[in-house]
Amino acid sequence: MQHDDVIWDIIGNKQFCSFKVKTKSQNFCRNEYNITGLCNRSSCPLANSQYATIREEKGQCFLYMKVIERAAFPAKMWEKVKLSKNYEKALEQIDENLIYWPRFIRHKCKQRFTKITQYLIRMRKLVLKRQRKLVPLSRKVEQREKRKEEKALIAAQLDNAIEKELLERLKQGTYGDIYNFPVHAFDKALEQQDEESESEEEEDEEEDDEDVGKREFVAEEEVEESDLSDFEDMNKLKTSSDEEEEEESSEEEEEEEEEVEMEVETKASRSKGKSPANGAAARKKRAYVEIEYEQETEPASKSRAT
Amino acid sequence: MDITEVPVSQDNKGKKKKNKKPKKKIVKEEGNGEGSGVEKKEVEKMEKSEAAAAFPPTFSVSEIKNKQRRHLMFMKLKQEKRMQKMQLKKKKKKEREALGDKAPPKEVPKTIENQRVYDETTVDPEDEEVTFDEGTDEFSAYFNGLTNPKVLITTSDRPRGRTVRFCEQLATVIPNAHVYYRRGLALKRVIPQCVSRNFTYLMVINEDRKVPNGMVLCHLPDGPTAHFKISSVRLRKEIKRRGKDPTEHCPEVILNNFTTRLGHSVGRLFAALFPQDPQFVGRQVATFHNQRDFIFFRFHRYIFKNEKKVGIQELGPRFTLKLRSLQKGTFDSKFGEYEWVLKRHEMDACRRKFHL
Repeated sequence: MQHDDVIWDIIGNKQFCSFKVKTKSQNFCRNEYNITGLCNRSSCPLANSQYATIREEKGQCFLYMKVIERAAFPAKMWEKVKLSKNYEKALEQIDENLIYWPRFIRHKCKQRFTKITQYLIRMRKLVLKRQRKLVPLSRKVEQREKRKEEKALIAAQLDNAIEKELLERLKQGTYGDIYNFPVHAFDKALEQQDEESESEEEEDEEEDDEDVGKREFVAEEEVEESDLSDFEDMNKLKTSSDEEEEEESSEEEEEEEEEVEMEVETKASRSKGKSPANGAAARKKRAYVEIEYEQETEPASKSRAT
Repeated sequence: MDITEVPVSQDNKGKKKKNKKPKKKIVKEEGNGEGSGVEKKEVEKMEKSEAAAAFPPTFSVSEIKNKQRRHLMFMKLKQEKRMQKMQLKKKKKKEREALGDKAPPKEVPKTIENQRVYDETTVDPEDEEVTFDEGTDEFSAYFNGLTNPKVLITTSDRPRGRTVRFCEQLATVIPNAHVYYRRGLALKRVIPQCVSRNFTYLMVINEDRKVPNGMVLCHLPDGPTAHFKISSVRLRKEIKRRGKDPTEHCPEVILNNFTTRLGHSVGRLFAALFPQDPQFVGRQVATFHNQRDFIFFRFHRYIFKNEKKVGIQELGPRFTLKLRSLQKGTFDSKFGEYEWVLKRHEMDACRRKFHL
């Protein structure tokens, strides 16, 4: 005999029900035929001999009904009715099948059916949208790749490679005239200067022997400012030239001889020190200026000059 | 008996450690004391070990059951090998010094790059077929100066902060790039829209666990699509000794080490991201350096100190890419025609084989 109350009395509150899930605020029922999912006197499929549910299988909804007449035949207890795919028609079917059934069950069945159709629609929509594919990562492989990457980074020597590439591009002239040190021109200029200085030194040494004793009448030449450290020298230059013009010819001659000597000596001494980029033109002019200096440095010449 | 046997065993012990000698001796003596059967065994043992002492050990170290002794023997073996190696080295060095100028040139050490398996698709600079192909492929429009690159950068769904910042920084590095928020749109629908708005590139940064880990680079008017794996992303603030933010000047591009046909196509893919005429005033350079199939991206500002020296300062984000697949048309994962796909088992088997 089916004593619903007794059953409920036992499983509802007092003793154990294997389908019951207790939480802080509510009790749920895990029975698959439960219509609301909560553990209630009216929703418990075990404690109600007349019961109905909606269940869904592969997108198809079915109405399950249980009546007390079949309570003795567990295999045939649930009557399964396939519901139409059309929402309204299905609702009518439910109404038709559950006519004269308690209001609660009818209502809850329709509610459940609505919910199920809604989530089926959502499922169908989602399949059409973008699916996220989960790709499993193998830890071993990932670690291996990470290690390979580190080694490759070390082998790459990125900074050096980039610098080399940039310098090559500079050499090939892809940058045009932006940078002020076009390589070859600069180097060549340097080389040229070196050659000049060497050749002039050689010339000086030869002329040492030749010029001694020669008389030269040196004309005034244009003053090159680069040769003079400041304008005081320019004044000196003029004054010294005036003085020398006033002097007697004999002295001039002597001086000229000495000039030549000084000239040569100064040239020799200077050429070793500084870059004689100015060449022969400056020599003659320098004679006027340099003599005075020479007097200071070489006491022997002092006596002659004065 | 003991007396005759002991000196023999002493020879054998020369092989083993000294502190073992007295132990063994005692054991042997005890053994000898026990009986003739034992003695016979010992004689056999002696003979064996005699033989062993005479020739280089034909037994391997792993046959010794005792762990400590085995370990000791192994250590000894290693030490001997090391000594031999050192002696060989010293000898060679002496020979080299003795010969002076006539010494044979130093051997080049083997590196993975030296030992690389020759790839038959390596591009010859004079190869006509390659030049013809490159003249008529999808990038010819760009390389002939007809199109200007316009890049759309987006992410996968719901990007996290790191990815968003990464995209922003990428947009500063690549001139004419726009970042758009992906509102769950399907790429197949995004692509026609991009084409209609004259974009030339679509770049999608995929995110996993709040970190960018993949990039899909799609050349737009039906160009090739490349799918990369991104690793070691460093955002601007994580880079040490970096310079100020990059300016709006178009950077130069350096592509290093793209040797094979595949490498060439990937290289062109990257080159077409940037406008054709770089502004040298900006002194910025973006580098894609391929090493062992890893593509390292760096963004620097350079300055020439003199004609032999250049200083570089890193700005901008840095990341590493690894090519996973190259597809002929635009992004289509189901029906696309794949030119190249990374197949782990086949391609990872040989350590010296690379594809880019």
